[in-house]
Amino acid sequence: MEFFERFAIPHPSPIIYASMVAIGITLLAIVAGLTFFKKWGYLWREWLTTVDHKRIGIMYLISALLMLFRGGVDALMMRAQLATPDAQLLDSQHYNEIFTTHGVVMIIFMAMAFIIALMNFVVPLQIGARDVAFPRLNALSFWLYFMGAMLFNLSFVIGGSPSSGWTSYFPLAGNEFSPSVGTNYYMIAIQIAGIGTLITGINFIVTILKMRAPGMKLMKMPMFTWSALITNLIITFAFPVLTVALAMGTMDRLFGTQFFTTGNGGMDMLWANLFWVWGHPEVYILVLPAFGVYSEIISTFARRNLYGYKSMVASMVIISVLSFVVWVHHFFTMGQGAMVNSIFSITTMAIAVPTGIKIFNWLFTLYKGSIRFTVPMMYSLGFLPIFTIGGVTGVMLGMSAADYQYHNTMFLVAHFHLVIIPGVVFAMLAGLTYWWPKMFGFMLNERIGKWAFWFISIGTCVAFFPMFISGLDGQARRMYTYSESTGFGFWNMLSFAGAVMLAIGFIIIVYNIYYSTRYASRDIGSDPWDARSLEWATSTPVPEYNFAEVPQVNSSEAFWDSKYNGHKLFSGKLKEIHMPNNSGVPFIMSSLFFVLGFSFIFSIWIGVAIALLGIVACLVHRSFEQDHGYHIPVEEIEKTESELRGGK
Amino acid sequence: MKIKWMILAAILTVLTVLTGCEPLAVLDPKGPQAQTQADVILLSIGIMSFIVIAVFAILIFMLVKYRASKQPEDYKPPHIEGNVWVEAICVGIPVLIVAYLSFVSVESNYKVEATPEGYDEEPLVVYASSSDWKWHFSYPEENIETMNYLYVPTDRPLEFRLYSYGPISAFWVPQLGGQKYAMSDMVTTLHLAADVPGEYSGRNANFSGEGFAEQTFNVNAVSPDEFDEWVEEVQTTADPITEDKFEELLEPGHLGQQTFTGTHLEFMPAPEGEHGGHNHGGDSEESHDEHSDHSDEEHSDHSEQDHEH
Repeated sequence: MEFFERFAIPHPSPIIYASMVAIGITLLAIVAGLTFFKKWGYLWREWLTTVDHKRIGIMYLISALLMLFRGGVDALMMRAQLATPDAQLLDSQHYNEIFTTHGVVMIIFMAMAFIIALMNFVVPLQIGARDVAFPRLNALSFWLYFMGAMLFNLSFVIGGSPSSGWTSYFPLAGNEFSPSVGTNYYMIAIQIAGIGTLITGINFIVTILKMRAPGMKLMKMPMFTWSALITNLIITFAFPVLTVALAMGTMDRLFGTQFFTTGNGGMDMLWANLFWVWGHPEVYILVLPAFGVYSEIISTFARRNLYGYKSMVASMVIISVLSFVVWVHHFFTMGQGAMVNSIFSITTMAIAVPTGIKIFNWLFTLYKGSIRFTVPMMYSLGFLPIFTIGGVTGVMLGMSAADYQYHNTMFLVAHFHLVIIPGVVFAMLAGLTYWWPKMFGFMLNERIGKWAFWFISIGTCVAFFPMFISGLDGQARRMYTYSESTGFGFWNMLSFAGAVMLAIGFIIIVYNIYYSTRYASRDIGSDPWDARSLEWATSTPVPEYNFAEVPQVNSSEAFWDSKYNGHKLFSGKLKEIHMPNNSGVPFIMSSLFFVLGFSFIFSIWIGVAIALLGIVACLVHRSFEQDHGYHIPVEEIEKTESELRGGK
Repeated sequence: MKIKWMILAAILTVLTVLTGCEPLAVLDPKGPQAQTQADVILLSIGIMSFIVIAVFAILIFMLVKYRASKQPEDYKPPHIEGNVWVEAICVGIPVLIVAYLSFVSVESNYKVEATPEGYDEEPLVVYASSSDWKWHFSYPEENIETMNYLYVPTDRPLEFRLYSYGPISAFWVPQLGGQKYAMSDMVTTLHLAADVPGEYSGRNANFSGEGFAEQTFNVNAVSPDEFDEWVEEVQTTADPITEDKFEELLEPGHLGQQTFTGTHLEFMPAPEGEHGGHNHGGDSEESHDEHSDHSDEEHSDHSEQDHEH
């Protein structure tokens, strides 16, 4: 009996039982559907074993959207609980689990997946490559991320979710104060997904440095590719810190080590330091690709080249360096004294300068442009003012003495949401709408999209501006309730209203996808936005080999130049194309990682041993496997190309 | 663009509320440290509003002037690489602003990390320790201990020595000054002072588990004479705190306000000096001594206290 008791939820509630039933039914429906429509083979051949960067990008995208809704439901429940004083909707433990999973899901499993989705789909196309440098590693990255995400979400119905915050500070997250398996889920699931992200980082650095089309010098790369390069450099330097911190935390919890405990020389502040040495660069890992997306979109819809290309690149490089030397600003209040605080206060505020350059460059890109208000452009234009407010409050938080008053309050919550939502979520929605026709061959409805934009942008302001005020009035974050006498009620009710508007906005997006899938025209050509960079030089739908012929590049806007300035992208001479084979190993190996993770979480050592053996077997298999890929002959390329052209 | 007006309206609302009749706790300081912080906050809001307005103005100008619907059909936007002077201004002005704010930040941080100036008396030392989910306040000089409430004299510097019997928590009385962490393996020092008598609410600001929301306390700032009277009253009427009693109080849960004579520091010293954490597992006295110097170097708070003793 003891064995099974471990899997029970320590704090069950009707919501959790309902979720169990819902998950069960959904799984059954998927299995039944696949069997009924005889799609198992299709699923395996076309998706589970694919190494095509475009398909992997789309799988990241679907996962990110699913996680967005999971995290969004968490957010709605939190705002509903806090909307009125002394509310009884959620108890303390449940609320704590929800804000913890909201943070983890949104950052690690939603935002990260979303940026990697866009990087996967767009970067190889933008640099004129056939695929990423290591296609099979790319598939492994995705499946590790996916299994990590599934494992984390499993915590809700088996064993209980983590409840010590997405920062999981020790000693609160240690065995003494968090005895349930929730924090094990946190440590292991993020570890597995994190390994996937680290592999992505290395993969994209190599891809961007080694696989650009002839003529594309570094300073002729499109801005999104630049942002992807810098982002992946940050990933490669920052994620190992997380890996180590999580491994130490796991050992503390499972093997009785004392890294972060309060006895025997353990040091709880060490976790906070390691976490934020990763955590602050992580913020820029999220926001830099978003900056890249905005750069592409603003210049496309202002019909002008990006203003200050060089300073855009320089500012990203400076941001990436500074992002590693500001982490202490997450705990100015730890008592390290005025000297240390002053240093980190100055480095923190210094980041405002390169970020400011970017804001002004986007504004000047509009200068003498011809601005079209499409949905992607509206998100970009909505981003500028809201992000500026989020950004300047960041400078305020960077002033260490004042931070003693902002820290751990709703003011801080308002700040980082007003940075992350316009900075990342708007960018991802803009990028999704912008690249959607390239991905799926039809456009999302503009009218419905604009409704969604207004709900989401106004909802963001209504949900988060009141938090500045309640924070300055003394409302700490992560409180599951407050008394009426505090006077926080009005502001929190307003926030709830904003959260509802955001939810409506996202529902409209879902409806838009449904509506456009059914009714949108498929006859849109390969360049519906009159865009500027190379990904639009491919046919729609993009064939597996991307470009029939590797393009010749002359500038950062080679495609625009080929349309309007007489640049010749293609010579017309086709050659045989070498492509990588599909492989089931990444999926199988990641599934074994899932088993490994689950066994670790519940200390089922036999499961750990079997899964580890399986993983090693996969590695050995790969090492001895002879797989040289396959070649697409010229006739077949010609046939595919003429079909694609003929479709127009 | 509706959104611009929305945001402007929101900023106006914020400003109205900030200057309005019911002041927000942080901006209604009752002591010198909170005053310093409120001044910094208001100054930075002012300077930042300037930047926000500049960005909004440029954005609105661009959107009104260069929208496609206002351009002729065949208008072809020019290719503009960038301009050294424009970019120098875009770097220069933010650099100046950040430099000025850095100066203010460093100055104010040293100020709030020091004993407030302009008081004749020595600081009143109070050890504030948190346990799930309560606050214990020990007055070593007065030899009394309270739980979940504080009495402090006005017009005298207060020196709080913070530590925790559990997760990291943060001692925060918004109207007297910003927060600082209380941790289990070291003591941190928070310098405050109250200038105006009154009752202020304080709380743990750092999430510490299930009972976090209710981990609050009251601060009664009273005149020095009243404070002395209160101390005398406690010394004559309250029960002494014993080790067993204190162990009982440390059990996780919520308890009301309680008062004792004596302090728990006598039998369970704060983790400072030779009792500090980071002794790396040594049980013997030697290892304590060996490492206490080391830990003093590491943590400025420790060394500060040692000088004062």
